[in-house]
Amino acid sequence: MKFFKKLFRNNKKNSFNRGILIFENTSEVIRAENILKKHGYEIKVVGPPPHVRKGCDLAIDFPIVETVGILKLLKNYELSPIDYMPLNDGNLKPVDLFHIKDFGRFIMVRAANMKITVHKGSLTIVNVSGGGCPDVPYLAAMLVGKNIYEVPEPNEIGHTLCGYALQLAYDKIKELCLQS
Amino acid sequence: MLAIIGTVPEEDFPITFGKAKLENDFLFIDSKRVLVQRGTPALVASACKIFEVLKKDYPYVYLAGDIGKGTGSKKLYEYFIKDIRQREFQTLTFHYLMPDADWCNKILLVIEELHKHPFLIADAGFMYAAKMSGNAKYFNLFTPDTGELAFLADEEAPHPFYTRGFLLQDESRVEELIRRAYEYENAPEYLLVKGKTDYIVKKGEVVDMVSEPVIEALEPIGGTGDSITGIVSALIDSGYEIQTACVFASKINRIAGKLANPDPSTQISDIIKLIPKAALNII
Repeated sequence: MKFFKKLFRNNKKNSFNRGILIFENTSEVIRAENILKKHGYEIKVVGPPPHVRKGCDLAIDFPIVETVGILKLLKNYELSPIDYMPLNDGNLKPVDLFHIKDFGRFIMVRAANMKITVHKGSLTIVNVSGGGCPDVPYLAAMLVGKNIYEVPEPNEIGHTLCGYALQLAYDKIKELCLQS
Repeated sequence: MLAIIGTVPEEDFPITFGKAKLENDFLFIDSKRVLVQRGTPALVASACKIFEVLKKDYPYVYLAGDIGKGTGSKKLYEYFIKDIRQREFQTLTFHYLMPDADWCNKILLVIEELHKHPFLIADAGFMYAAKMSGNAKYFNLFTPDTGELAFLADEEAPHPFYTRGFLLQDESRVEELIRRAYEYENAPEYLLVKGKTDYIVKKGEVVDMVSEPVIEALEPIGGTGDSITGIVSALIDSGYEIQTACVFASKINRIAGKLANPDPSTQISDIIKLIPKAALNII
């Protein structure tokens, strides 16, 4: 029981893994709510937190890990939020630093927790590493062994923030390959 | 016995559970066949290789198909909390699962009610969930890489993607990040931090480091983190003292990597095959 009580004390962290979708107007919020609920996402309509200074008076609270899947689904219904962000204090920004490592015949780019490595001569993706969400092994299976210009973009087939981080690394490595 | 809970990257792969069997590049669980690639299959296969060396039973495995939509993970969470009540495992390793703080809470509640409390290891998505839900300290071991350590050290970040810039992965600041992860109670009793140097940490103190052999080409190879988590899980479940198991796992993983003579295009299955040879050098 002691442990049980401690767990409930952790409820202060409940907003920790949530994000917020900001829309232009309330009718978009209502449409988005219906679409997301229909597809099984655990979301709710809330008032935007005080640090959000754009959009309408309603917003959608959503599981932040599932950002990519949610944005992709809404896009299919021609609905796009004007912004999305972690719910906690509004100061968090996506990682925007890249780490590039040259292995001679290969080049690796890391964005946040995701790495992609390409054979420079053939432009074949030889490895995808890092990450912890369950689309990472799927993305690796879909990308590894294929030419960087002939694969679906990670954002198209990924669903989570790890998938989004891989998209950033993929964009960067394509840019580097074009330059060389 | 060790139980491993994770996913495979196939949307239609059903909830599958049972004792794993490893044959060449495939795992067999119940009547299902799974190719050993990066992710949970790589972790399971690596654990199997250690159990082979130690002449022990293969691990028990809970798997579901999930390509990132989270539906397979949720079904597996539901199944697991019912099934675990009737089983007795010494060690539980949670791996590639959709990070979900509520499910992490529910699982820990069920585990707390078990007659015998298993040793709890988390890596990948479930480690994210443990941190997100504020439950890191209820686990016994996390196996983050240095980027994930920065995420653990950032008390605000809900996912590594949002780790704040001043904490970003920097091998020279690992000890500072370790201190910070413990300061905010976002780390369990033990950490095995995977990087250029592997750090073994007990209650916030670095108790050992492994940095040899250095194989630069291992960094881009997907699955080298999964293999080390599988190895350490098997060693702990086999009775090795935790610190020793972490040091051995780190060395075995590095030596197996070296034996594979890798370049950045090497695949993890080529390294896993060499785990027994590497283990015999260490154990």
